[in-house]
Amino acid sequence: MQTGNLLLLLIVMVALAYYLGHQRSLALARPLGGIRHLHSLPFYYAMRAALWCALPALLILGGWLAFDDTIIRQTVMQGLPEALRPDSDGARGLLLSQIQNVASGALSPESVDPAIAAAAERLNNLRTTSAMALTVVVIAVGLVGAAWGWVKIAPQLRARQQVESILRVIFMLCATVAILTTVGILMSVLFESIRFFQKVSPAEFLFGLQWSPQTALRADQVASSGAFGAIPLFVGTLLISTIALLVAVPIGLMSAIYLAEYAPPKVRSVAKPMLEILAGVPTVVYGFFAALTVAPFIRGVGESIGLDVASESALAAGLVMGVMIIPFVSSLSDDVITAVPQVMRDGSLGLGATRSETIRKVVFPAALPGIMGGILLAASRAIGETMIVVMAAGLAANLTANPLDAVTTVTVQIVTLLTGDQEFDSAKTLAAFALGLMLFLTTLCLNILALHIVKKYREQYE
Amino acid sequence: MDTAEKLDKNASGRNHAEEPMIDLEEQPMQETRYPEHTVGTPFVDDPKMRLRDVDVFYGDNQAIHKVSLDIGKNEVVALIGPSGCGKSTFLRSLNRMNDTIDICRVTGELFLEDQDLYDPKMDVVELRARVGMVFQKPNPFPKSIYDNVAYGPRLHGLANKKYELDEIVETSLRKAGLWDEVKDRLHAPGTGLSGGQQQRLCIARTIAVSPEVVLMDEPCSALDPIATAKIEELIDELTESYTIAIVTHSMQQAARVSNRTAYFHLGRLIEVNDTETVFTKPEHELTEAYITGRFG
Ligand SMILES: Nc1ncnc2c1ncn2[C@@H]1O[C@H](COP(=O)(O)OP(=O)(O)OP(=O)(O)O)[C@@H](O)[C@H]1O
Ligand SMILES: [Mg+2]
Repeated sequence: MQTGNLLLLLIVMVALAYYLGHQRSLALARPLGGIRHLHSLPFYYAMRAALWCALPALLILGGWLAFDDTIIRQTVMQGLPEALRPDSDGARGLLLSQIQNVASGALSPESVDPAIAAAAERLNNLRTTSAMALTVVVIAVGLVGAAWGWVKIAPQLRARQQVESILRVIFMLCATVAILTTVGILMSVLFESIRFFQKVSPAEFLFGLQWSPQTALRADQVASSGAFGAIPLFVGTLLISTIALLVAVPIGLMSAIYLAEYAPPKVRSVAKPMLEILAGVPTVVYGFFAALTVAPFIRGVGESIGLDVASESALAAGLVMGVMIIPFVSSLSDDVITAVPQVMRDGSLGLGATRSETIRKVVFPAALPGIMGGILLAASRAIGETMIVVMAAGLAANLTANPLDAVTTVTVQIVTLLTGDQEFDSAKTLAAFALGLMLFLTTLCLNILALHIVKKYREQYE
Repeated sequence: MDTAEKLDKNASGRNHAEEPMIDLEEQPMQETRYPEHTVGTPFVDDPKMRLRDVDVFYGDNQAIHKVSLDIGKNEVVALIGPSGCGKSTFLRSLNRMNDTIDICRVTGELFLEDQDLYDPKMDVVELRARVGMVFQKPNPFPKSIYDNVAYGPRLHGLANKKYELDEIVETSLRKAGLWDEVKDRLHAPGTGLSGGQQQRLCIARTIAVSPEVVLMDEPCSALDPIATAKIEELIDELTESYTIAIVTHSMQQAARVSNRTAYFHLGRLIEVNDTETVFTKPEHELTEAYITGRFG
């Protein structure tokens, strides 16, 4: 049976186990005079039976699927005649894929060595047997588990505690999966970065002022040997993010204050979702808005007052990015400002403070941790933003603090390094991982900073 | 339960079994009349605040009906009555704190000495500096103890020099009986104090702007008996320089701290008298019912 069908069958069995467990606990309760004479509610008995049915079967299923293919391949390879046994890993891979192709029918058995055809045959047979065995074993284990769960139901059985502890383990496993994924990604980035740093020294990467990652592909090619100084990228990122925050923080904060403190409920109920729509606009749309509307406009204005503006400028990208992250600031700030207790405002108003004095001196400081959280979230978003910058700020890695020049950012360079055909072990591609690592560390630091600020204020004011 | 509902139930004889404390046959409550005018002595000579025919509405819902009352100079007036009868609403209209509630509307004559509180020309900021308020739940600002007390004086520009501000802070804290407990940690956050200390801090904060009237809305309801005793003592001392209106749910507290007591019922002011009179020989049957604990 196919795994999908097997899973469906298992679900039916689990449902059945649940139902029967429920029925049995009710039946046991009846002569005792109601379910309050059971140790746990019928739900827990039913749940316990269902878990007994599902968990062992799923464990076996998972383990089987994880290992059976490796074992089968191993067996097939072992069965090959001495002469055909591959001597290197590469040859082994080739041979295996040949066998698999024959087995799946992509290659006709006549066109290959008869020994390989036989191996393919064996592969198919082993797979069928394995699938059948799996079906039988899983169903059997499910049935035995369900039966065990059903038989053990008794008024004194502490089903509630057992179910609770199993659920706790399941929740913990889910959390572990999330954490392990993060760790896994981090590790892979880290290892690739280490490979990069074997080719390019960390000092050059961290402090170099030149970024031109083109390396010669062939020895006879005319190309520079590549320069991997990341400073221009980080300066570009910093420049654009700063412009974006300069736009987003004041506007976002003021609109949050308006929404939370002054707006009548009707306006608020319309304006808040409208602002949040800004966050839902795809960044590509912002990107071409920036490239086609804002950048030429800035250029025009610049020219009219005699400034030399590049057609793609940090300013254009930063302004549009600022608009994009307004809702991150405003929405979160609005929430925390609204959450400041009314008694706090009353206290200030009762002392004769005006509304804006109250906001500035009481509400705002009280809401500051949350506001900082919103701003840092917006900053992370700005640092990680790619699309707008690709389209509006250009690809030129200029080391400049002039917002009217074209600059490029870390994320944009990662994109350009990895798009197109690439070798995966050249310094150029590996540089992407090193940049990714740096970016990750930057946002990590920002988050730690945010947590620190929030905690400091918490300790002080709660 | 709402009192009116309770009266209804008593009258129709429902719930007899569940309320054995109330002797229905002897208490023909449905005959309870709301007096046309407040019984007792609502008016005094030369009052600090003169309130006439005050109505307060929340939208279409009238919370206060034609309340007339004087608050005399340097006296403590206690406002008592069952929950929901409008004590807080009335108190908050005395320094226009109700302005912060959009649907709230106040009519009638409300005067602080000779100034009309609801005169359009009246400056709310100045009014609230003259009529301060202490709230039910201690609500210190998330600032240091010092900044909490200095908040009002700074707003109103009461001190020009640092030492003047220091002085105001110290005297206010002393008056609130908190100085000795906090003088070594003036710059620690005010929220780090105990509930009773926080409430005294709020009182210090209020008197730091030298108001003429202090309104207190159940200032002790979140405090333990010892902290409550301290605040009551404090109220006693404050009468020397301030006029106080205090809402309380504790009869003992009203009896201990106030000169006059006003009994509210369903948005009406039923009776005002000397505190002693109210608690020994109440004029109105509703007052009597309330203070003897028959409802409320
Ligand atoms: N913000 C408001 N909006 C609408 N109605 C309100 C509001 N505040 C109070 N009310 C209504 O006004 C009436 C009086 O309320 P108020 O808070 O003055 O009672 P109270 O005597 O202070 O009660 P308690 O002793 O429980 O504090 C109640 O019926 C209440 O429902
Ligand atoms: Mg109240």
